[in-house]
Amino acid sequence: MARMFRVIGPFMLIALVAVAFLKIDPLSRFQDSVPPAEALMIERINIDDDGFRFLVRSEGADAVSIAQVQVDGAFWQFEQSPPGPIARLGTVWIHIPYPWVHGEAHHVALLTGTGTPFEYSIDVAVPTSQGLGGDWLFYGLVGLFVGFVPVVLGMLFLPAIRQAGPETMGFVLALTMGLLGYLFVDTLAEGLDFAEEAAETFSMREMVWIVALLTGAVLFLIGRRLDNGISPAMLAWTIALGIGLHNLGEGLAIGGALAGGAVALGSFLVIGFTLHNITEGIGIVAPLTGERPGMPLLFGLAGLAGLPAVLGLWLGVQAVSPHWGAMAMAVGAGAILQVLIEIALIIRKRYFGEGAARPVGGIVAGGTLGLVLMYATSLIVTA
Amino acid sequence: MNFSRLSRRNLLGTGFLGSLLGLTATHASTALAASETQSGAMHHDKHAMGAMMTVGEVDNARNGFDPHAMLTDWERGTTSVGADGRVTREFEVTAEDKEIEIAPGIFFPAWTYNGRVPGPTLRATEGERLRIIFRNHGSMPHTMHFHGIHGASMDGVSGAGEISPGEEFVYEFDARPFGCHLYHCHSIPLKRHLHKGLYGAFIIDPDPERHPEAVDSARSRLLGTPENAHWQELLMVMNGFDTNFDEENEVYAVNTVAHAYSKKPIVIERDRPIRIYLVNITEFDPINSFHIHGNFFDYYDHGTTLEPTSRIIDTVMLCQAQRGIIEMSFKDFEPGLYMFHAHQAEFVELGWMSHFEVRA
Repeated sequence: MARMFRVIGPFMLIALVAVAFLKIDPLSRFQDSVPPAEALMIERINIDDDGFRFLVRSEGADAVSIAQVQVDGAFWQFEQSPPGPIARLGTVWIHIPYPWVHGEAHHVALLTGTGTPFEYSIDVAVPTSQGLGGDWLFYGLVGLFVGFVPVVLGMLFLPAIRQAGPETMGFVLALTMGLLGYLFVDTLAEGLDFAEEAAETFSMREMVWIVALLTGAVLFLIGRRLDNGISPAMLAWTIALGIGLHNLGEGLAIGGALAGGAVALGSFLVIGFTLHNITEGIGIVAPLTGERPGMPLLFGLAGLAGLPAVLGLWLGVQAVSPHWGAMAMAVGAGAILQVLIEIALIIRKRYFGEGAARPVGGIVAGGTLGLVLMYATSLIVTA
Repeated sequence: MNFSRLSRRNLLGTGFLGSLLGLTATHASTALAASETQSGAMHHDKHAMGAMMTVGEVDNARNGFDPHAMLTDWERGTTSVGADGRVTREFEVTAEDKEIEIAPGIFFPAWTYNGRVPGPTLRATEGERLRIIFRNHGSMPHTMHFHGIHGASMDGVSGAGEISPGEEFVYEFDARPFGCHLYHCHSIPLKRHLHKGLYGAFIIDPDPERHPEAVDSARSRLLGTPENAHWQELLMVMNGFDTNFDEENEVYAVNTVAHAYSKKPIVIERDRPIRIYLVNITEFDPINSFHIHGNFFDYYDHGTTLEPTSRIIDTVMLCQAQRGIIEMSFKDFEPGLYMFHAHQAEFVELGWMSHFEVRA
C-alpha cells in the first residue's frame, strides 16, 4: 500500500496543483478583455479549374473561426469543410472557386472573427496534378530520373572498384563517407527547411534533430545485435534505406516545388539531380566489393534507394503537410548517420588495426573528394 | 451561362474560342454577377468562378442597427419653441464601447455614438437653435466635433467640449449653414477615434423662407413638406474598418456592413426622384467615391447650395469629411438592378458594392 502511494502520490499532487492553478487562475488578471490568441496556417494548396483548395490548421491557443476569405484583396465566396470553428491543432479544407490566372501570383487572406487576416501568397499559380492522368506518369518519370536511374548508373562502378587493391578500397570507403557526410548535412538542412513551414506548435525544428539521432541510434543498435557486427550486404541495405529516405524527401521537395510553381523545372535541373545522385549508387555498392552480389540484390538495393523519389514526387505534387516532409528527412538523416558510423568502424578495423598500413593520405583524399563531388554536383541542381 | 464539363473541356486550350466564350459569358451576365475577369486560356465557367461576396449574414438584431433602416432613419430630437418664436432642437447622444459585426462573422471593437456606426443622423432645419446633450459612457475621453458654424468653445476638441468617461457636455449653436454635414470625435489620437466608429451625419435642411429665389428647391429639401415627401431620401456614410489595426482597412462599406446593399438591394420606386446624403469618413485612404451605373446625377458639394455644383455626372470623388447631395431619377428607365459603388475597385472588392432595385 505504502509502495503504491509512493508511485501514485506524486501524480495526485501534480493533479492537485493543476486544479488549484486553474481554480485560482492568476493569469485572469492579464487576460481581461484581451482578444483571443488566434493563429492559422495554410499547410497544403491544391489548384485546379475550380479554384483553390487550402488545408488550414489552427495553431493558436484558442479555437478560430474563419469568418471571411479575401483573394487578391477581394471578399470571395468560399466553402469550409467541416464547417464551424477550428479547434486548436484541428484542420479544415477551404475551397475557393476563383478565376485564377495561369502563371501569375495570387494572394489569399483568411479573416478570423476578430478580422485578423492570415495571409498566404501563391507565387506562380499552376494547376496541381489531377488524378491518375498523364501528369502522374510524367511526375513518375521525373522521379525515376532523379532517384532510380542515377543509383543504378552509380552501381555500374562496382566492377571498377572491385579491381582496386586494398589501399584504393580505403580510398573508396572514405569517398563513400564523404558522399554520405554531405548527404547527411543536406538532409538535415532540408528537414529543418520543412520544419520552418510546419505549425510552430509541433516544434518540428527540435523534432528533426531528435528523430534523426534516435533513428541513427536505433539502427546502429540493431546492427550491433547481429553476429560479427553488420554484414557487407546488410550495410549496403542500410545505406540504400538511408539514401531512399533522402530521395523520398528530395522527391517531396521537387514535387512540392512543381505543384506550387515555385521553380520552373527544366530538363537541365533533372539532369543535375541525376548526376548528383549517381554518387549515391557508388556509395551503396562500396561495401560489396568483396561479395558476388546477384542481380536481384543489386536491383533490390537500387529500388530501395531510388524508387522512393517517385513516391516522394507523387506525394509532393499533392502537397504534403510540411511536418511530414520534415519527419521523412529526419528519418533519412538518422539512417545516413548510422551508415556513416558503420563505415567509419570498418575503416578503423581494416586500416587502423595492429600492423595495418594506415593509408591516411588516401582516406583523407577520398573523404574530401566525396564532399567536393557532392558539393560540385549540387551546384548544378541549384543552378 | 452554365456549360457542360464536356464542352468546356473541348474549349480548353483553344485560346481564341476560349476568349470568345469568356466574352459571351461576361456579356450575358446580369448586373448581379460580380466583376468577372478574363483569365487567358484558363477558362472557368461562371459557376466555378464563385462570386466576389462575403459569405453569410450579419445579425442586425445583435448589432442593434440595420443598415437598411439607417438609410432613412432621421434623428429629429425634441423641439421647443421660445417666446421669440424660435425653435430649439435638442438631441441626446451617448458615446459607448460596443462590439459590432461589420461583415458576417467579423466583429470589430467599435467606439460608437448611441450604440451604432455611423452614429444617429441628426437632422435639423436652418436657423434653429441646437442643443446636443453629449454623455460619455465609453472608456476614453471623447468629443463631438460638428462641421458647421459655431464658436470656439463649442468646437468639440480638446479643451472645448472634450469629456472624460462619465461626464456630460452640452454643445449649443445655431443650425447653419444648411447642407449635408457630419460630426465626429476629435480626441487624440485622431485616427483611432475616427476609424473606431465615432462619426455620424448632420443634416441641416434649408428654410424656404430664407431662400425666396429658390423656394421650390428649398421646400423639396425640407423634411416634412409634401414636396420633400415625393423624394426618396437616403443617407449613405462611406466608411471602412481596420480590423487588425495596421492602418489599412480590411473592410469597406456604406453604412458599416460590407455588401449589405448588394445582398439585399435598396428598392427604388422608378417614378420618384432620389436624393442621397453622401458622407465620406473613410480613414487611411485619401479619397473615396460614388459611381452609379446606367444613369447620371446632379451633385451639390457640401449641400450648401440650392443649385447643383456639378451637373450630369456619374462619378464623384470625396476626400475624408467631404460630403454632398446627389439628386437623380430613374423615371422611365428599364426596371432592374442598377449597381452603385466606389470607383476604386479595391474598395468595391472589399465591401463597398451596392445595388438599387428599380421597380416600375
